[in-house]
Formats: sequence, C-alpha cells, structure tokens
Amino acid sequence: MTQEQAQILRPETLIEEFKKNGVTHIITIPDSETNYLYELMVNEPSLDIIPVSREGESMSTALGLNIAGKVPVCLIQNTGMLESGDSIRGMALNAGFPLVMVVGYRGWTRHGVTPDTAATYTEPFLHAFGINYYLVEQDEDGDRISAAFAEARETRRPVVVLVGDEYHGFNR
Amino acid sequence: MIEAVDVFNAFQDHRGDAIVTTTGRAGRHWKNISTNPNRDVALGGAMGHTASATFGLAVGLPDEKVVLFDAEGSLLMNLGVLATISGKKPKNFYHILLDNESYATTGGQPVPNAEGINYAGMAREAGYASTHEFNDLEDFVTNIGSILDETGPVFVSVKIFAEVENAPIALRVREPARSRDETIRDLRAELGISE
Repeated sequence: MTQEQAQILRPETLIEEFKKNGVTHIITIPDSETNYLYELMVNEPSLDIIPVSREGESMSTALGLNIAGKVPVCLIQNTGMLESGDSIRGMALNAGFPLVMVVGYRGWTRHGVTPDTAATYTEPFLHAFGINYYLVEQDEDGDRISAAFAEARETRRPVVVLVGDEYHGFNR
Repeated sequence: MIEAVDVFNAFQDHRGDAIVTTTGRAGRHWKNISTNPNRDVALGGAMGHTASATFGLAVGLPDEKVVLFDAEGSLLMNLGVLATISGKKPKNFYHILLDNESYATTGGQPVPNAEGINYAGMAREAGYASTHEFNDLEDFVTNIGSILDETGPVFVSVKIFAEVENAPIALRVREPARSRDETIRDLRAELGISE
C-alpha cells in the first residue's frame, strides 16, 4: 500500500464512527462522490437509511427522530446545505438538539483557490449561522467525527463534519 | 367546503391515542378540541417543514399512530416530502391536508393554481398507500374512522373554508399555547423517552 493510498479517507471509517456514536438513522440525498459510502450504509444493519427529496427536509426529519429518542445524522452535499438555510435555522438551531451533519465539501482544493462557488461559500455560510465544523480529509482525521458528536451532545447544537476528500475513497 | 373546526371535532371522536401535529391557520383550532394535549406536539419553525418533522417522528415511533394536519400552502413549500414519505412507507403515518386554497395567515391571497390542484392525486401518484378527498362534512364524518384504521401512509385532502387574518401581525391577539419545546418535553414524558 502506498503512502497516498494509506491516507485516503475510507468510507468504512465513517461507518465505524457512526456505530461508535450510536447513530440509528442516516437522512441523505446521495451524490456522485459518495455512492460507495451509500452502498456500505445500506448494508449496515445498525443504520436505517432515509432518502429525502431535498436537503432541507433532512434537518426537520432529524428533529422528529430526535424527539423519538433516535440518533440521526444528516448526510448531504454543501450545495444542499446552502439550500437548507431556513430549515437549519428553524428546525435545528432553534430546536436545540444534538445533530451532526456530514457535508460533502464539493470544490474543496486545499490550495486556497477554487473555481467552485459551492466551496467558496461553504465556510462563510457556517460562520454566519454560528455552526462549528470539523474538516475531515484523510483517514487519520476520523476521530474528528467523534469530536463532532461529542460537541453536538454537549452544546445541543448542530455540528458539521466537512468531508474534503470527495474525489477519492468515497467513490470506488 | 367544510369548517375546519368541524373536521377536528369529527377526528377527535376517532383519535384514540394518536400523536397529533398541526400547521397552518386552521390548525390553531386543535388545541381547543384535543382531549389529550400530552400527545399533541408542535413541530413548526420553518416554512413547509412540519410535514418532514412529523414524518421523522412517525419513523422513529413505529408503534404509535401519528397524524399530521397539514396545510396546502405549507405542503407546496416542501412538495418533495410526498415522495420522501411514499418511499419510506411509514405504516403509522396519516397525512390530513386542510386545503383552504389560500394563505389565510397573510391576508387570504390564493396559493398557486389554488382551485386547480388535486393534492390527493399528487399523493396517490407519489405512492401513498391510500388517498381520499372530501368536500362535504357528512362524508368526512362517515369515513374518517375507517380511514384511520387503514395501513399508512394515508393521505386525506379536505377542502375547508378559509379563515383569513388581515390585521397587522403586531396587532393580532394570540391565545396562549405551549411552546414547541414544552410540547416535545410533554410528549417525551408521556411516552417515557429520555433525552
């Protein structure tokens, strides 16, 4: 295994982190970069997958599941997060419950220059909403996912995990 | 057309232990009719999303009957939820749409294509297990009991009279109501769910 391969963020790492943190439901709109993760989740018996039609539905659906005592995660792309502003405001932030949102960081280049405005506005959007986030780019960053869960539980607020490895291990 | 308060009174006779959520102008009647407020939960907070939150509740509580009184203006803002609900097929979910063909809270302006949309048809083609339409109180009273015994997801579209509010929001008198957080707390206590 080359050094480059060893560093790739494995979808299995996300599944392991979900199981470690007692996640019961994944509310998601699949995107082209995460199809292998989707296949893993569908085959993981501890996870119930809830496909939604628009990303804004995911936060409100998560609220209902939280009331029922479940542990949902929203798995969406940054474009969908931008679309979901009012749902994030009214159904997540105002509701005051722990929610981890795993957000694909489309356009992330790590070089400070990107032609993709989805990436340009992602972190300013999170700053505007006062939502903390953890960037996960490679497998050794996996423990940041548990850190996000811990912070969400402690603060009873949404916390975002930005997945900045969209063109590698998530699509095999 | 039916008066919203008559719809709620007819439903109350068959409610049993169902968990109930409401949205829209007409939904405000329910708190004065319900005899089991600990099972009434307020899930508003973002335009169009009461349906999604109620759907999540139904998925999370598969052994409880969950009834949503939706409004057509709200549904139009989140129409994809019909496909989401149909795809997951919660057997315990009952989606009752109170259609007054207008934005009653903002002065009664018509919703898009107000008289031309067939919401039950949309739900049927999206994949709900069964759908129903009512424009007459007697029909609704006769059928609501058996509808609530059907396997969900069930969609019921009811044409109601609009109760339009025109006063500026700052001048409107609001009846006291429990907050969303209070209703969630009370429901969890009722069901024995710890945070």
